[in-house]
Amino acid sequence: MSTQPTKKVSVATVWLDGCSGCHMSLLDIDERIIELASVADIVYSPIVDTKIFPEQVDLTIVEGSVSSEADLEKIKKIREHTRLLISMGDCAITGNVPSLRNPFGTEKVLQHIYLRNAPSEVVPRILPRVLPIHQVVKVDAVIPGCPPSADVLYFALTELVAGRMPDLSDITRFGK
Amino acid sequence: MTVSERVKTLVIDGRDVSARESSTVLEAAQEEGIFIPTMCRLEGLSNVGACRLCLVEVKGSNKLLPACVTRIEEGMEITTHSERLDRYRRTLLEFMFAEGNHICSVCVANGHCELQSMAQKLGMDHVRVPYVSPRRKVDASHHRFTLDPNRCILCTRCVRVCDEVEGAHTWDIMGRGITSHIISDLNEPWGEATSCTSCGKCVQVCPTGALIEKGNSVAESVKHPGFLPYLKRARGQHE
Amino acid sequence: MTHQIVQALTSEDLPKIAEAERAAAEDFDHTLRVCVAAGCLSQHSDQIVQGLEHQIHESGLKRCRVKGVGCMGLCSAGPLVSVRPDGMLYQNVTPEDTSDIVKSLDSEPVQRLACSTDRPFFTQQTKVVLENSGEIDPERLEDYLAVGGYQQLSHVLTDLVPTQVVDQISRSGLRGRGGAGYPTGLKWGTVAKAGGPQKYVICNADEGDPGAFMDRSVLESDPHRVLEGMAIAAYAVGASEGYIYIRAEYPLAIKRLQTAIRQAERAKLLGSSILGTAFNLHIHIRLGAGAFVCGEETALIASIEGKRGQPRPRPPFPAASGLWHAPTLINNVETYANIAPIIANGPEWFAGIGTERSKGTKVFALAGKIVNTGLIEVPMGTSLRTIINDIGEGIPDGHLFKAVQTGGPSGGCIPAAHLDTSVDYESLTSLGSIMGSGGMIVMDEYSCMVDVARYFMEFCMSESCGKCVPCRVGTAEMYELLSRIVQGRASDEDMTLLQELCETVKYTSLCGLGQSAPNPVLSTIKYFENEYRAHIADHVCPAGQCQFEAVAQEVQL
Repeated sequence: MSTQPTKKVSVATVWLDGCSGCHMSLLDIDERIIELASVADIVYSPIVDTKIFPEQVDLTIVEGSVSSEADLEKIKKIREHTRLLISMGDCAITGNVPSLRNPFGTEKVLQHIYLRNAPSEVVPRILPRVLPIHQVVKVDAVIPGCPPSADVLYFALTELVAGRMPDLSDITRFGK
Repeated sequence: MTVSERVKTLVIDGRDVSARESSTVLEAAQEEGIFIPTMCRLEGLSNVGACRLCLVEVKGSNKLLPACVTRIEEGMEITTHSERLDRYRRTLLEFMFAEGNHICSVCVANGHCELQSMAQKLGMDHVRVPYVSPRRKVDASHHRFTLDPNRCILCTRCVRVCDEVEGAHTWDIMGRGITSHIISDLNEPWGEATSCTSCGKCVQVCPTGALIEKGNSVAESVKHPGFLPYLKRARGQHE
Repeated sequence: MTHQIVQALTSEDLPKIAEAERAAAEDFDHTLRVCVAAGCLSQHSDQIVQGLEHQIHESGLKRCRVKGVGCMGLCSAGPLVSVRPDGMLYQNVTPEDTSDIVKSLDSEPVQRLACSTDRPFFTQQTKVVLENSGEIDPERLEDYLAVGGYQQLSHVLTDLVPTQVVDQISRSGLRGRGGAGYPTGLKWGTVAKAGGPQKYVICNADEGDPGAFMDRSVLESDPHRVLEGMAIAAYAVGASEGYIYIRAEYPLAIKRLQTAIRQAERAKLLGSSILGTAFNLHIHIRLGAGAFVCGEETALIASIEGKRGQPRPRPPFPAASGLWHAPTLINNVETYANIAPIIANGPEWFAGIGTERSKGTKVFALAGKIVNTGLIEVPMGTSLRTIINDIGEGIPDGHLFKAVQTGGPSGGCIPAAHLDTSVDYESLTSLGSIMGSGGMIVMDEYSCMVDVARYFMEFCMSESCGKCVPCRVGTAEMYELLSRIVQGRASDEDMTLLQELCETVKYTSLCGLGQSAPNPVLSTIKYFENEYRAHIADHVCPAGQCQFEAVAQEVQL
């Protein structure tokens, strides 16, 4: 065995269209991660700080299926910059749960989730037209601006708290 | 089995094997403890040779023979496993997975599925062929059972058990080729199929989670097809 | 014209009627034969018959008759009208031409309609199966009797025992004309030797190959020839019931067969106590329901039995256990059509035609990019070059020959380099194709060979019965991969996968449909791999046929 200090294997992990369960499972290796850190360097991962995929990685483990154009771009780039590419979990290997939408086609799926099946627990039904608040309920005062500046907001708040209606026409307008 | 049946000898994987003359290659191999993969076959039902997993090589012929329906012949030399056969078997499994919508992680048969187990056993861990992703509707109209055709591999065990053992012939196949699918009676919802006796035999023989009992959640559907050869013996019928 | 036969015939009657018919023909100075087989009929040849009869009546010509006959072969020049003994053949005839034709009878022929018969198409064929097609009226039993019809059946029943019949067919070297080329005598011998109280003969008239119409033509043009062949076969093997399984898409052939069976039964040439002997054969017609797979013998048998038309593993073969588990002889239409001439002329005569291992003639349907589209019959061993360039008169519009597809969706294509190949069972197989049932589709430089493979794979995919995994799913997968290539969205991995799937499907499929579905792919890759590579790597179709613009190239899976 060589007595030279061996270079650590660079490891990247990525999640595409996955539930991150595989990453959670990876973290379940618990304290063994310290052992791992002595031979491997996690150079890119959702759970570390690096923002850009490195130029060359030894080993990349990918969770999740390719479901969007962003996933497609990412995985092609990753393939180019990694020596070994490992599919982690059923989503990456067979499509799994995300692929349940395949028989229906994107049009139908989008319609079903956002239109026909809304409102659901997580997705509200959208209104046919977007409305300002005063066309729905009585509004007592308005503060124009996008956003209104801190000074304008401070002035408006202090006036309102003191019981007066603020006059903002000189200090703000739409778009300011 | 008649006492007066003659015994023949053949060679399977280099081993000398003897078996009754009416045996199939598969039966002769199984008696010797030699494993040949099967899927559409089930002890107690007729053999159809449809899944092609049991194909074996025979010396002297470049044709592969389905072990489950091929009668043994004196002096046959059979090879049950080879690089070529293993490759074909994995591809056949890939076809089965690609044809339906097999999502093991959320399936009631997860962990108790013959398709899943066979893939693991034969080393098929990914599907290289394009997924067909067909649109197949679930039939939950029966009060006790559900048919999810997304998990069906068209092994036709359900058709055969209902026809040959229960005698109702509720199940059959409609359409051809890649559009083939299982139907109950004259393509009616299972709950309205008047020939169905609700015996549940089809559910027990189904190798995947296609035919299941209601009330099972993920990985809870366990099948017990062992009743079949017992039932046949009790009825005085033999293989 | 002699009367319609309504009484039972005996062996002695047959040659007498034949002689009477021939004598009656002397009464006519002109006989106009009009093709009323499906092709010419689709161009209103029935109206031509009526028009000619009307014109003859109007003109007062007494010694002139019109006959509706079967296929004369040169379908691309139809509707065809032949005038004898004048020796004129008229092409592309319309109902409006009838008065000109009748006027020409005792004077100058109608030059603008003249079709030269002094050309290889008419001089280089050898008609055995088709010898009566285009000559006799297929709806008239007497016409068939006039050319010696049913005299071979009579001879066989009176003078030969079944084993002698089997022996003659074996010595002739006849091989099954449905495509497999199995020695017919051997098959007959196997069924003959099988035991059991009931045996069957079946005629496979399902003819499902795209572009094949040999069997259809024989049934429309000379149905009694097939019935006589079946009867001789039934006698030889010991069968008393026969079935003709014919695809429902052939209504004219079905109608002519029904008429022929009825006529034959009335004359006691079929049915009980045929020709006064102890031999019985009842022939029933069964219609197909639109499945190519029912041309496969075990699927065909299942269909007759009323079951799903799916093949079953063989052995056991139908000769041992077939229709309702009884020994069954199943042969193709063309095979049966060869039987009467073999008995008439002797097996040595038949064995003298063709090659060492492929005896006799073969009927081919020429289609595609060829000048003379139609039906031909040549001795086995004729070269492809002779068939395509001489008899077929080459490629239209001055284009170049590229390949010829033989054997339909089970076969392969043969490129120009092999044009001198002898057309026989072994030679075609060695080139990666098969003889098949006789369909020959010619292609020119504007045919994309990848698209040809895709076309045949689509056919196999939609015709697969679905019983076995490799064919049911494999054909769909191969079709998807071929579609990707044709649409310019395939990768090299797709090509490698396609080749691997070809091997799996070929060796693991349950029946011939799946086993041969990869053949067009393998064959086109063998001879035209450059076209595949051009589609994949360069997004170019060398034949200029495939459109790539409409493809979403971004989605490269």
